[in-house]
Amino acid sequence: MSAPGLSIAGAPGDDFHAAALRRDHWRERLGLAALAAPALLLVTVTVLLPVGWLFGLSFFDDAGAPSLEHYRRMLAEPSYGRTFRTTFEISLLTTAICILLGYPLAYFLSQLPRRAANLCMIAVLLPFWTSLLVRTYAWLVLLQRRGLINTWGIELGLWSEPLQLVHNVAGTLIGMVHIMLPFLVLPLYGTMRAIDRDLLRAASSLGSTPAHGFWTVFFPLSLPGLAAGSALVFVLCLGFYVTPAMLGGGKVTMVSNRIANDIELFFNWGAASALGVVLLVITLVVLVLAARLSRGAGLFGAGH
Amino acid sequence: MSWFDRPASDTQITHRSRLWLYGLGVLVLAFLALPTLIVIPMSFSQSQYLEFPPRQWSLRWYEAFFSSPSWMAATATSLKAGICTALVATPVGTLAAYGLHVSRLRFGGVVILALLTPTIVPVILVGIALFYAFVQLKMVNSFLGIVLAHTMLAVPIVMMIVGSALKSFDLDQERVARSLGATRAQAFLQVTMPQIGFAIVTSALLSFLTSFDEVVVSLFVSGGDNSTLTRAMFMALRDQIDPTIAAISTIMIVITSLLLAASQLLGKAEK
Repeated sequence: MSAPGLSIAGAPGDDFHAAALRRDHWRERLGLAALAAPALLLVTVTVLLPVGWLFGLSFFDDAGAPSLEHYRRMLAEPSYGRTFRTTFEISLLTTAICILLGYPLAYFLSQLPRRAANLCMIAVLLPFWTSLLVRTYAWLVLLQRRGLINTWGIELGLWSEPLQLVHNVAGTLIGMVHIMLPFLVLPLYGTMRAIDRDLLRAASSLGSTPAHGFWTVFFPLSLPGLAAGSALVFVLCLGFYVTPAMLGGGKVTMVSNRIANDIELFFNWGAASALGVVLLVITLVVLVLAARLSRGAGLFGAGH
Repeated sequence: MSWFDRPASDTQITHRSRLWLYGLGVLVLAFLALPTLIVIPMSFSQSQYLEFPPRQWSLRWYEAFFSSPSWMAATATSLKAGICTALVATPVGTLAAYGLHVSRLRFGGVVILALLTPTIVPVILVGIALFYAFVQLKMVNSFLGIVLAHTMLAVPIVMMIVGSALKSFDLDQERVARSLGATRAQAFLQVTMPQIGFAIVTSALLSFLTSFDEVVVSLFVSGGDNSTLTRAMFMALRDQIDPTIAAISTIMIVITSLLLAASQLLGKAEK
């Protein structure tokens, strides 16, 4: 903002007034920004300081002397390697299955008339907002030995003995895909809706078959949404706790479960916080890479 | 020409050649919606094994829930925590979103990023870090601790919803009000707030839901007399599949649906 043009140029008071106006302007803007202070204070006290404090613990050994003991142990003990491999495998598999199921669903929704699509969206949004615990419980009930899936499978003659569907990797994957799918579908659907239909009409008028038009025009344009959604799903999977703990039956130990075990069973804060540091670093690296790839489109769309 | 042979899109593809897509879409929608919904009829089953469809209907599991002092105490804690979270997170998040939007400072982006950290840091880390801090401050298992933790998780959601409403709001209206003699506060309360009211109410409802449904942080910071409902459910499920939880799940699904429907209806009334 510049000083008002009322004063005569070169008059002695001119600079003074301009400076005062600038100062007032800044004071007002800072005062407005200060409205964010309560929120900033809250996040500082409940996240930034505690997480920083926790991470500090990882650089001290059990006797309290500064050391990289916990990180050295992480490299030396094969069980840590197994935990990270499990975490990556489950996260990658979940993301891949979500893409296989979510891309056709988002495409299907994007081709429907808007009213019908909004109606179908309820089926996506209702589970999205239903408690994680309720949904995981539902799978526990459905997949257990005497659960609905086994009962129906046997009645229909698909298999004769109750299958072990839960308390293992399969159960964990089913539960995680169910919870992550909306995180993929929502940004992807938004991207697909925004694609200009005239481009497809143009491709068609230039002689491309529907399939060819889809792969050369529509699919490339939908990639930013797919990248954003997949990255979000992958990152959320990396730090997932509840579903592996409940549907994995102790056989699926992801990083989060190991962190919780270190604290609840072994009271080993140093080991837990070192794992936490590694988990956060991996999470941030994936997020930054994904933001580069998709230019951050809709990446931070939802927290659950 | 039947519906099947009519073109389904601008590329002249017919509905018939797209039947696989419709089938797959409906199947995936069913996979998303049905597992949670199927718990509702199952919760009225007489049997320990939660049959579907129930051979004998009963309210047995609802009785078990409503007559258990520990379930009732956990429900009360969760409801109170949800209401307190909504009451604190909504004004705090709205003020932050408004302040950062209007002041347009260069470091505003950094502040927004800092305020969104609860959505970026894996929730398990937030949980154990808070547990560690609360142990030092003697705030473990305290009601205040739960509300602080849940408010921190809800503030980013409020900021995103109110922030996006402010983006489509014309701030010149506030300038007009102020040039006519209103103070900043009056301009905000009388001109801006009524127009972003829908976003504020929605964010209050979602703040409540965030708190009410939250599991991981509650596992670490709540307990004893102040266990939340989700913590009590998680603990009960470690031992066995307690059918009472089907009844609780049904109640939670109903609460979620009602709140979402309320926010949708408000949105319609707004337009």
